[in-house]
Amino acid sequence: MTAMPKFTRRSFLVSSAALGGGLALGLRLPPFGPGVVRAADGSPEITVWVAIRPDNTTLIRAVRAEMGQGTITGLGQLIAEELDCDWSKVEIEYPTPGQSVARKRAWGDFSTGGSRGVRQSNEYVRKGGAAARMMLVQAAANEWKVPASECTTSASVITHKPSGRRTTYGKVAEAAARLEQPKDVPLKDPKTWKIAGKPLKRLDTAKKVNGTMVYGMDLKMPGMLNAAIKDCPVFGGKVKSFDAARVSGMRGVKKVVQVGDSGVAVIADTWWNAKTALEQLPIVWDEGENAKVSSASIAEILKAGLDAEQAFVGNQAGGDVKTALADAAKRIEAVYAYPYQNHACMEPMNATVRYTPERCELWGPTQNGEGTFAQVLEASGLAADKVDVHNVMLGGGFGRRGTYPDDYVRQAVLIAKQMPGTPVKMIWSREEDMAHGKYHPVMQCKLVGGLDASGNLAALHMRLSGQSILASVRPEVVQAQKGRDPLSFQGVFESGEHSFSYTVPNLLIDHAMRNTHVPPGFWRGVNINQNALFIECFMDELAEAAGQDALEFRRKLMAKHPRNLGVLNAVAERIGWSRPAPSGVYRGLAHLHCFDSFVAAACEISVKDGNKVKVHRIVAATDPGYAVNPAQIERQVAGSFVYGLSALFFQECTVKDGRIEQTNFHQYNSMRIAQMPKVETILMPTGGTVWGGIGEPTICVAAPAVLNAFYRATGKRIRSVPLKNHGIELV
Amino acid sequence: MRLTINGKSHEVDVDPTTPLLWVIREQVGLTGTKYGCGIAQCGACTVHMNGLPVRSCSIPVSAASGAKITTIEGLASGKTLHKVQKAWIDHDVPQCGYCQSGMIMAVAALLRTNPKPSDADIDAAITNICRCGTFQQVREAIHAAAKAA
Ligand code: FES
Ligand code: FES
Repeated sequence: MTAMPKFTRRSFLVSSAALGGGLALGLRLPPFGPGVVRAADGSPEITVWVAIRPDNTTLIRAVRAEMGQGTITGLGQLIAEELDCDWSKVEIEYPTPGQSVARKRAWGDFSTGGSRGVRQSNEYVRKGGAAARMMLVQAAANEWKVPASECTTSASVITHKPSGRRTTYGKVAEAAARLEQPKDVPLKDPKTWKIAGKPLKRLDTAKKVNGTMVYGMDLKMPGMLNAAIKDCPVFGGKVKSFDAARVSGMRGVKKVVQVGDSGVAVIADTWWNAKTALEQLPIVWDEGENAKVSSASIAEILKAGLDAEQAFVGNQAGGDVKTALADAAKRIEAVYAYPYQNHACMEPMNATVRYTPERCELWGPTQNGEGTFAQVLEASGLAADKVDVHNVMLGGGFGRRGTYPDDYVRQAVLIAKQMPGTPVKMIWSREEDMAHGKYHPVMQCKLVGGLDASGNLAALHMRLSGQSILASVRPEVVQAQKGRDPLSFQGVFESGEHSFSYTVPNLLIDHAMRNTHVPPGFWRGVNINQNALFIECFMDELAEAAGQDALEFRRKLMAKHPRNLGVLNAVAERIGWSRPAPSGVYRGLAHLHCFDSFVAAACEISVKDGNKVKVHRIVAATDPGYAVNPAQIERQVAGSFVYGLSALFFQECTVKDGRIEQTNFHQYNSMRIAQMPKVETILMPTGGTVWGGIGEPTICVAAPAVLNAFYRATGKRIRSVPLKNHGIELV
Repeated sequence: MRLTINGKSHEVDVDPTTPLLWVIREQVGLTGTKYGCGIAQCGACTVHMNGLPVRSCSIPVSAASGAKITTIEGLASGKTLHKVQKAWIDHDVPQCGYCQSGMIMAVAALLRTNPKPSDADIDAAITNICRCGTFQQVREAIHAAAKAA
């Protein structure tokens, strides 16, 4: 086999399916067949998902990223369930993307976004556990010379029923690893689950309470240096010049380097020294044309899109919506807007890289090990067998640590290349993190609804105008759709995992794509945040215009959407929708179908002095099909309200002179414990063939539920985010 | 300059204006104390100075010399976890965990001066940011720790 030439990020992504088909990479494959593949500690690997130590400890492999959402615990439970292993003796092991590529992508997709961690890998990881169990049983049966069908398993122990003989997984693991992997691997009925589906504790908590969990920020290596970086604050701008001599004598400074054509970094003994010198470093930028852009100029462009002729259609039903609206007995119109927002992960972006012309390795937090691998390949210019990526615990992800062009991974490699042989840890200051996010896209929306004489919704036109994430991040997807970004329609789309949950006789939902120079990204929930807010607030507006109860008005449009109706009814019942709220308390509700889950929320708020909002209580219902760990789901749901309500009340990244104005949490606030409502989670999985996501769906119902309640409390309909711009506070 | 951290004395050679946080992380090598904002907003860097919670990112190391500093690594007594750490494990509080060192240090300091805090006391004293949104579990765990002996 010859070494493959270096490939680019894009070609890697496109060809990653081909890798699975056995694309030659010039790597030495581990011995398959009669030989045994071993885990790092020498334990025999039974299937790629399971290795077992002689002491009966199970090593479960995980390649999805853990960033607090509990995915690794959930996937571990699914594998352990099928394996029938002792949960108290499970450890997690993380294969690297380099190892996976070398084994023809044995572990499949590493990407952890779109709430896909569990739902899209559940089947093959369960099969990996089930196959391992069959092989372990077969090995014991072979030793005892009995039929495998006479053996049972429980907690890593195999018992031969008729004779009562027992052995452990650890004892037969070597023999099992030599067996052929079975092809036909039946899975358990979820109704019989004993480990999966249970509210088990996370596997990684102990290290998070005593300071020993190592995040990317905490990495230490012999001889390591630290880098602080500043990229041109105007997106798309370049470095014109910088005066390294002015700081090269400062404490600890080793080197001042340019990073690509837009960044400058100071490398020093400590990060504090690097950052201090960087702040003193005179840099002249070529800011370019983008320096003229402001939030106001962007808003103007989006506003024009609201009435533009051309738009991409995401959902259409019935006849011509414009005619139907003209014919309607009553016409209601409203314009909403959603701002740029930064993910503001608790741990700012960082990565540690050691580069030599023979090998380039990166250690750092990533939601997509393979995507990062491809970026290291490209930035280092080395071949695939000379590169690897080691994921470490993420201090939050929320979509920010997915793979984006020209991001922190590339910077870290370009810095390390200028210090060959020395590991360099590059850390972004919070200010750099605020200035160079991959922002929640900016969007405006014009909604026009037509009611018939009896107050039924006869026609609806929802016109989105704003930025496309995919056009920037995955242009090939947009190209394949002839310019349309299907993701723009999350929650209101014609079909699939994000389909619209109302039936409207004459319907048009379309998107006038208006892209800007501000780089967009997948921000927890992605486009459901604004879409749920737009449609669910407008539903309340329509209901009011029709003189109907907000819940009843919705229900009439939901006969064909039983699972949405299910979660909506559940929250309405729990909050007591049919009974009056306590005096001074007002209610609101919202729901959506997204990431293959069905979610709804109902809240109770009170408002003091017309602007001080207290959210007392939120009831949230989720139907994800299957619930792998109810306790972790509850935590994701409660946490979603913190993220979603912080965004609603406080968060906006404004653009001035082409750059983001907010620099830190004092201008970009985040909810504190005093503002936290009591969250009651109703988990109501209804099974079926599709598994829904958890990490993101609930986030989108927070804002519309609260806005609808705010209207009831004050008579004021707020149509743009964040509420601080309207003088409204969260108390 | 001499620093006493978790009962151990450290001689550090740094610019006296360096924030205590970065001396703890980079000179002393204790990385449990986190950087989140650098401007006393988030609380991820909370440590105890003479028993009181402080945001170490905003204190120059010179102001900490001579003080008794405790970081998350020094909160347990030997192998026995502090009751806040125990409650955090029992209630499965951390999500990503990045804010939790600071959260735990802030809570431990609160319970020292106010062993049975009300919800209002908690709201007033605990102002740390948690982007994952663990507050519901944090509150439960604080009350549980307060009940623990
Ligand atoms: S890092 Fe000190 S308060 Fe945020
Ligand atoms: S647990 Fe992630 S920021 Fe608090």
